[in-house]
Amino acid sequence: MGLNAYLTLAAVLFAIGFFGVMTRRNTVGILLGIELMLNAVNINLVAFARFNADIVGMIFTSFTIPITVAEVALGLAIVILIFRMKRTVVADHLDILKG
Amino acid sequence: MTLDVAAFWGLAVLLIGSALSVVLTKNLFHSVLWLALSLTATAGVFLALDAEFLAAVQLLLYAGGVVTIVVFAIVTTERLIGSRMSQVSRHLVIGAILSGALLFAVLRILRGAALPVERPVIAVDVTRALGHVLMTEFVLPFELLAVLLLVGLLGALYFARPEA
Repeated sequence: MGLNAYLTLAAVLFAIGFFGVMTRRNTVGILLGIELMLNAVNINLVAFARFNADIVGMIFTSFTIPITVAEVALGLAIVILIFRMKRTVVADHLDILKG
Repeated sequence: MTLDVAAFWGLAVLLIGSALSVVLTKNLFHSVLWLALSLTATAGVFLALDAEFLAAVQLLLYAGGVVTIVVFAIVTTERLIGSRMSQVSRHLVIGAILSGALLFAVLRILRGAALPVERPVIAVDVTRALGHVLMTEFVLPFELLAVLLLVGLLGALYFARPEA
């Protein structure tokens, strides 16, 4: 399969994740959508690296994966913290920053 | 049909099907389990792209780590709230239109771009080369990543500490 096929697959995955981020009301659900989008980006990076025979793209991916994991850990810690304060995880109810 | 093509289509169907289940399932817990499947399928895609090391990292960090953290968060909050967290979706039509438009735009760009079809041969062992470049040319970002993970760990601990 050519590079085009892998990029198309990643684009579909990104669109699905985007759909999830926009439609979910639960904060954890939104985080899961972000995970899907990040995975699509990683597929793109690895595909470009493989088809250009350039290993640096894979290095980049090996940096993005741990950073994403750190982001998820922090995001969920924030969700738990907000849950303690507001007793809800629904994004619409989180309006404490509203002036 | 060669093995390469068959593997790609199998992985593509698995990945897109599980990703759709992640965003459409009502039960949040099932959603996380579908996410685990789609992350594993992504590891398969990495394998199909000759990136064995990244496939292993993907399985260990994502399918192992992230899914565990999310399940933990769901169980904790559900225990505190005392009821099941179902997740209602809203604006389904607008969401479908916008993400469809995004997909359409990306595919249009892809169709016009001149992209390589054949994979060039990589003579060296990819994992060995990755390790070598990581420890020589990219050693500074590598160390910075260690600091970032430490800060992330401290931050998560600080946020999620028990109430005094």
